[in-house]
Amino acid sequence: MNAELALWLAPLIPAVGALLVALLHRTPNLREAATLGTGVLTFADVVYLLRHASEAPQVELLEIFPGLTLAFATEPLGLLFALVASGLWIATSAYAIGYMRAHNEGSQTRFYVCFAIAISAALGIALARNLLTLFVFYEILTLSTYPLVTHHRTEKAKRSGRVYMGVLMSTSIGMFLLGLTWTWWRTGTLEFQPGGILDGVVSGREVIVLLALFAFGTGKAALMPFHRWLPAAMVAPTPVSALLHAVAVVKAGVFTVMKIVVYIFGIDFLAAEGASTWLAYVAGFTLIAASLVALTKDNLKARLAYSTISQLSYIVLGAALANAWGVIGGSMHILMHAFGKITLFFCAGAIYVAAHKTEISDMRGIGRTMPVTLLAFFVGSLSVIGLPPLGGSWSKWFLLLGTAEAGQPLLMAALMVSSLLNIAYLMPLVVRGFFAAPAGDGPFAVKEAPLFCLVPLSLTALGCVALFFHADWVYELLAPIVAP
Amino acid sequence: MEAQLPILQILIPLLAAPICVVLRRRVPVLTFAIAVSWATFGVAVMLLQRVLAGGTLSYALGGWAPPWGIELRVDPLTGFVLMFVSLIGAVTLTYAPRSLEREIPDDRLHLFVAAFLLCLTGLLGIVVTGDMFNVFVFLEISALSSYVLIALGADRRALTAAFQYLVLGTIGATFILIGIGLLYMMTGTLNMQDMATRLPEVMGTRTVLAGLGFLSIGLFIKMALFPLHGWLPNAYTFAPSAVTAFLAATATKVSVYVTLRFTFTVSNVEMDFGASDLGTIMITLSLAGILVASTVAIFQRDVKRLLAYSSVAQIGYMVLGISFASVTGVTATIVHLFNHALTKGGLFLAMGCFAFVLGGVQLKHLRGVGKTMPFTTFAWVLGGLSLVGVPATAGFVSKVYLIRAALEAGVWPVAAMILLSSLLALVYVWRVVEVAYFQAPPEDAPRREAPLSMQLATWALIGAAIVFGLWTSASAGIAERAARVLLGVGA
Repeated sequence: MNAELALWLAPLIPAVGALLVALLHRTPNLREAATLGTGVLTFADVVYLLRHASEAPQVELLEIFPGLTLAFATEPLGLLFALVASGLWIATSAYAIGYMRAHNEGSQTRFYVCFAIAISAALGIALARNLLTLFVFYEILTLSTYPLVTHHRTEKAKRSGRVYMGVLMSTSIGMFLLGLTWTWWRTGTLEFQPGGILDGVVSGREVIVLLALFAFGTGKAALMPFHRWLPAAMVAPTPVSALLHAVAVVKAGVFTVMKIVVYIFGIDFLAAEGASTWLAYVAGFTLIAASLVALTKDNLKARLAYSTISQLSYIVLGAALANAWGVIGGSMHILMHAFGKITLFFCAGAIYVAAHKTEISDMRGIGRTMPVTLLAFFVGSLSVIGLPPLGGSWSKWFLLLGTAEAGQPLLMAALMVSSLLNIAYLMPLVVRGFFAAPAGDGPFAVKEAPLFCLVPLSLTALGCVALFFHADWVYELLAPIVAP
Repeated sequence: MEAQLPILQILIPLLAAPICVVLRRRVPVLTFAIAVSWATFGVAVMLLQRVLAGGTLSYALGGWAPPWGIELRVDPLTGFVLMFVSLIGAVTLTYAPRSLEREIPDDRLHLFVAAFLLCLTGLLGIVVTGDMFNVFVFLEISALSSYVLIALGADRRALTAAFQYLVLGTIGATFILIGIGLLYMMTGTLNMQDMATRLPEVMGTRTVLAGLGFLSIGLFIKMALFPLHGWLPNAYTFAPSAVTAFLAATATKVSVYVTLRFTFTVSNVEMDFGASDLGTIMITLSLAGILVASTVAIFQRDVKRLLAYSSVAQIGYMVLGISFASVTGVTATIVHLFNHALTKGGLFLAMGCFAFVLGGVQLKHLRGVGKTMPFTTFAWVLGGLSLVGVPATAGFVSKVYLIRAALEAGVWPVAAMILLSSLLALVYVWRVVEVAYFQAPPEDAPRREAPLSMQLATWALIGAAIVFGLWTSASAGIAERAARVLLGVGA
């Protein structure tokens, strides 16, 4: 095995896994084993890639336009995203088995097939060598997650599916595609290059327009006013919300923005032009506004969805600051937020499976019956808020440094206010769950979700802690991106 | 033998048509006709190979040297269009036997097949000839036979649809004939190359302008450019499934080809974006067509009619590409001829599968079809995505070239309108998707797929629409070469 082969295999393994899952539709146990096996293989492959990143493997598949190929390559940011997506896929697969079976969900084969295709697309995005490849997989990701979002085929699912497709497709076709063609026309290439490809080619207002086309065109980054699809997607079964709408899909969005800022524009160019300041303010607005909306939501998944919108804007903000700290903080937040938020979603699903509760106001005293779940929720919340000793504190720290370096005290204040708001919308559940008296009469026996649900959520919660003490490798991985 | 390829291209289907009438019986007629259609495709592929390797071919018909005799002329554009027209002809004819079972009685089948081959002959003839009057002759051959083909539709409204097409088609053809006559009057020649050298002397005279005007309007009617598209929706809706697929993928495309040929080879009008009146008219009409027809498509209940309006919009894309008069713009037009032929051909073939099993293609027939006919529905969805222009489909490739051409011409609002119409396409495609996947199938809905031959033909075109979305050196590569030859720009 060499690194180039591993690069090929990264998006290919889950795609083949999807096929395998489809073929095994008659034997659920084998089918789920195929999903888990594929997940482990994919993760192992990405780890192998990470270890051999110094070989800088590249592969080219097809030439779509003259000089524009479908091609893969590794670079630190992409490896980090690939690692997050494939690693958490294993946890989610295990969780999904518990959740889907406990719920007797229908069409499970379709569910696992689309899931595997979505992961394949996410890895394609992560390892894309140029913007065209990224765009191809970006759209595959949208299409493959549509059947997951509308899994229940109800009228509500249909309407949410419309919002989902409508927003994601119209932003990507309406704006991203224009930006992509524009860039191709101006530069003659779409390859990701350190320092960007637009420097010296475009200037002034054109830079701002292009950045806007990309930032808003990446609907998956959920910048306001193009965020409505994310709450709509919450009709999906919880494992989908957990992995796709807290990790793979949304992170693909912010990853795309980050990648375009770093490798298409180049942060020095953006900083010199001052073309991204407005974007930082849009992100700052989104992160405050979404937090405020989250406060008003009683439905736990809806609250988490708005929380995600807010946290995604941290990453866009990091990119828009266009300095080293911002980029490192934003990129690191892709990983840190992923662990925190997936834990929260796992817990929401576990509560739904074990206690059939979806509204926060109904969850009084839930900590008596589900202590492990609620503890994990607490840990995940602290990480999302950004308190030590949890991973989320590092990325927020770097982001704060970034705002300071950019000389934007207003944005720094926005970050801090938002952290307070995080406390305000995440802590009530914990407080209510542990300290309020449950409804009805006792005694209350411990009744947790199935082990397939409980183990993954405990592991991701532990991951949040571990990432606080072992964040150095992430920093070292990312540092070369911004090295002069 | 090899030198005779250009004439064989039209001779094979032309001679096969009467033989079909003589053979009469179902099985021999179909076997023979399908073999002939694939042989025609083989000839087209050989021609394309030769022209790409050795440059333009000229064939003097009957040994009479041009410009006195009739010349058949094959350049990269010709070869490319011949290739896909004959390919679509072969695929749809292979698809036809099972599909026609329900639509055409056995005792008329041989006549249908003969008309089909004549129509194919006419379309190929229009493309391959280098003679203006010959274009008109072949145009009439294809038009007359297509009136017959449409009138054979099972629904009685097919008769009125065919009549409507006949009236408008005849007006179009007459305009074209008048146009050619006026140009002949001024230049004294009918050979395209010869006329191209003589036309500049008399350019700007009122007669020539009138001639070009007649010619353009006649072609606009034939290609169904908005607002002269009145004949198309009914014709596509009521014709037999295989005929709709065949005509939708080829007939209007060939008219676009003729427009390309007249605009750039013969008249060579200076057509910088919006500089000439004709350019302005074409831009306006194509943009209006793209937006209006896409919007109208959203409100259709009959899915064949929905796709027909979508075709009117797609013609707008092609004419828009021509009106940029740049290498990128013309490349966009040429590659879209091909990509759209695959996409729309495949979609209409899928519609035929639905009609065969479900007995109708109104939205209400398609309820829950995602469950009862999963493979055909999935093919339809892929084709629909290609209409929208989602990456990794053929439609994406055309769209990127077209947007790039608009940006190069410095008209970003046009690029924005192209994208807007993609979103309209998403809406009408998604309406069908929702009906197919979100509504429960009726109790008595048949739970089987269409016959294998029909499915294979459908998937062949839809599969090609995906392949040519990823691997474009054959499609866009040749299209760009053709555009450079056409515009006289060095490679």
